[in-house]
Amino acid sequence: MGRHFPKGLGSSYHGPNERSVGKWDSMTSPQSGTSSSAPPADRAEPELQRHFDDTIAHNQRIEPRDWMPEGYRRTLIRQIAQHAHSEIIGMQPEGEWITRAPSLRRKAILFAKVQDEAGHGLYLYSAAETLGADRADLTERLIEGRQKYSSIFNYPTPTFADVGVIGWFVDGAAICNQVPLCRSSYGPYARAMVRVCKEESFHQRQGYELLLTMMRGTDEQRAMVQDAVDRWWWPSLMMFGPPDDDSPNSAQSMAWKIKRHTNDELRQRFVDMTVPQAEKLGVTLPDPELRWNEERGHHDFGTPDWSELKRVISGDGPCNAQRMERRRTAHEEGAWVREAAAAHAAKQDKRREEGSAA
Amino acid sequence: MSDTEGTKGNWPLYEVFVRGKRGLNHVHVGSLHAADDRMALTHARDLYTRRNEGVSIWVVRSEHIAASTRDEKDPFFAPSADKVYRHPTFYDIPDDVPHI
Repeated sequence: MGRHFPKGLGSSYHGPNERSVGKWDSMTSPQSGTSSSAPPADRAEPELQRHFDDTIAHNQRIEPRDWMPEGYRRTLIRQIAQHAHSEIIGMQPEGEWITRAPSLRRKAILFAKVQDEAGHGLYLYSAAETLGADRADLTERLIEGRQKYSSIFNYPTPTFADVGVIGWFVDGAAICNQVPLCRSSYGPYARAMVRVCKEESFHQRQGYELLLTMMRGTDEQRAMVQDAVDRWWWPSLMMFGPPDDDSPNSAQSMAWKIKRHTNDELRQRFVDMTVPQAEKLGVTLPDPELRWNEERGHHDFGTPDWSELKRVISGDGPCNAQRMERRRTAHEEGAWVREAAAAHAAKQDKRREEGSAA
Repeated sequence: MSDTEGTKGNWPLYEVFVRGKRGLNHVHVGSLHAADDRMALTHARDLYTRRNEGVSIWVVRSEHIAASTRDEKDPFFAPSADKVYRHPTFYDIPDDVPHI
């Protein structure tokens, strides 16, 4: 919005203007999706492109009804949808422990956490809709396997220590990924990320605290924690995606400021962040090559098994089929609820109309 | 995309506005789907105020919002651009005049 303002007025007029007008722009009115894909006839595309490039170059946000290149829109829809799907599927590995949590306190925490994951999925679907995507269509795409979700949620959670390690590693990795996305060039995505990041920190801390508690317990419990660490470490490193030299879309996403750091940069950040936490906890990260590199000021670490990542992404992980089946069943079994609520709303509408007519 | 609307019990889209605390305006926080207004409010509470983020919620069907369109943006806002005298910095006041 600010760019339409005369330069002489200064930036202090930016805020109020954005509040009263920009907010309306971020709405997901049904027509925004259909109309925004076609540039207005009276303005030539090169001019619109230049305007878009300027906005990005000045670190300003693109808002839903702005003109944007089709590739930008497509990339964002894909990324936000995958992110949303990951949150929704991500409810399952931990959700399995809600009924088996060892205390009421842990049960309540887990409940709140899984509810947050659902909330994150919904914030993100909401953001995807501002780009013209249809929520029901996104759900179909997930259920039919036409859109992906994070590979990490295809690993099983056989022990309660897995709940702790997911909070510590998986949510920790998610924070590394998501904090920079709060500055993503697309406004609704960035704003959703701000909300998500605030909540994600509870997730990571509850996981770490759970593990600290187990480490103060019996030898058996300590072994359980170490076992979970051994199983989740490498898949967690894979969460950042393939290495930079094998990540063809990264450069464009960085240029569009959809992405702010490369996969390898974020992976390094996660390793550096996690090593001292592992020491405090008293567990060993299962990587013989892991050591501090004084010269680089970072930890060196081994190479994840990229063939495993490819395999899990393409559907052949330990739990892919189970996760998809569960999601599909939940959606199908919920159909009557959605229909009943719609029927009830229609009936109420009709009654109101009749009431006001009489 | 929109041909499924209504036929499979899809719920309409609502925009959600939350008053964070007394003394603040309601601010747009996002959207959600709900069958009717009442469900939209309870969903909005569950989705956007799980941690005391609000003391009041408004929901409104997205289709009921009138918005300035992109195409008319420049002329639409043009009247606000050329009245520099609406801003306090337009007026030169000597430095030695206090409290102004």
